Amino acid sequence: MIKIEVDMALCQHYGQCVFEAPNIFTLNDDDKLEYVASANDSERDNVESAVDVCPMQAIRIVE
Amino acid sequence: MDGVAPPPVIIVGAAMGGLRTAEGLRKGGYMGPLTVIGEEPHAPYNRPPLSKDVLAGVVTHESVAFPQRASTADVEWMLGARVVAIDLTARTVTTDDEVVHPYAALVIATGLRPRRLDLPDIPGRHTVRTLDDAIALRDELVPGAHVVIVGSGFIGCEVAATARKLGCEVTVVSPSALPIVRPLGSLLAAEILARQEAHGVAFRLGHTVTGLVGGARLHEVVLDDGTVLPSDVLIEAIGSDCNSEWLAGAGLDCSDGVLADAAMRAVSVDGSVHDDVYVVGDIARFPNAMFDDVPRRVEHWNIPTDTGKRAGFVLAAWLNSPEAFSDAVQTPFAPMPAFWSNQFEMALQAYGLPGLADGIRLLQGSLTSEAVVGYYRGDRMVGVVGLGMKAALLPYRKVIAEGGLSVSPVT
Repeated sequence: MIKIEVDMALCQHYGQCVFEAPNIFTLNDDDKLEYVASANDSERDNVESAVDVCPMQAIRIVE
Repeated sequence: MDGVAPPPVIIVGAAMGGLRTAEGLRKGGYMGPLTVIGEEPHAPYNRPPLSKDVLAGVVTHESVAFPQRASTADVEWMLGARVVAIDLTARTVTTDDEVVHPYAALVIATGLRPRRLDLPDIPGRHTVRTLDDAIALRDELVPGAHVVIVGSGFIGCEVAATARKLGCEVTVVSPSALPIVRPLGSLLAAEILARQEAHGVAFRLGHTVTGLVGGARLHEVVLDDGTVLPSDVLIEAIGSDCNSEWLAGAGLDCSDGVLADAAMRAVSVDGSVHDDVYVVGDIARFPNAMFDDVPRRVEHWNIPTDTGKRAGFVLAAWLNSPEAFSDAVQTPFAPMPAFWSNQFEMALQAYGLPGLADGIRLLQGSLTSEAVVGYYRGDRMVGVVGLGMKAALLPYRKVIAEGGLSVSPVT
């Protein structure tokens, strides 16, 4: 399992992460980010890509 | 090899593109020696906050540094070193301390530097590109300071908003008719101008700066029509030049940045492709199959990451086996350009290449509140820009990625 943290003070809800890891991140109808905080190791590559594309660099994987 | 270590892969440029290439090489299975040479003293960091929120607060490396991954823990970082020459035949680069470094393969990631105005060197002139630029500028953005910004592109407009929020008197001078008009078109540009002015930013559009007045400090800026503006701080945001001088004489096509093919391999003036030399980031002029076969430099934030990963993947395959390399080169490459901009309450976000458009249409919402604007080349959507409306924007990104042929609003 991997644990995912988003710094919601930094997050600007741009949704770039939604394309890289759609099973983890979504934008709701109010343009706000929602995410699941833990996932199977099979999601690691996707979440790492989401970390890379976040304009605010607000996402991290907690090891 | 008689105990002689093989030469490393050398990445020249220690910003985001260099970092992502190093990560891509490791991910692609290259575990050999890897050296990154960078001119700045800092480990890779995220530049966009330097004109936005970070500039408004306390600017530190820690606040913008990219996290270091375990996969690149054994990379050698040569920071504060400038590469001045290259020999493609001998496979060496030379740093400014005259040390010659052999390489097994080379990655060109030296990026851009701000273009400067041809004006006297009076203290008070600034640019916003590096962390050290932002630290120097932050100290001078004090309430009441007269700030003149030359250039009305994204950086100029973002810094204008940040300086205004810090209590400065801000004037933007630009030869353009509207701010950010070349990438965004006049529909959105006119709205950005109106909102910037409503926040108290003054614009002198259709003008250039022709002179400076001052001695130990800058006092005034003179425009082409003779207007004199009080100015404690002059910020030059007039675009960028490519850091490609060190490649002179190597035969690479450096007519605008450095030409690369879709595998990010460097291309010579004679058309020959170098399997051992790659180009990534702002300096790379490469074709993107999402749009056409025209090589372009794309100065959008995601491009160093996408091209770095691509180059790392292909180069790792080249270092591995001819079969893997052949497969990697054949893999399609069509990265979605993406950028964003914060100015006052405006959150702009774009996908694709709006600058290619010959037609622009309001798709959803209203420009005076929130909107989605579509950019078309012929009947194909080539770009989309959201003013707010972040969730509504996402389906259009998919339309562009799939060829742009759905022209009606999608939800």
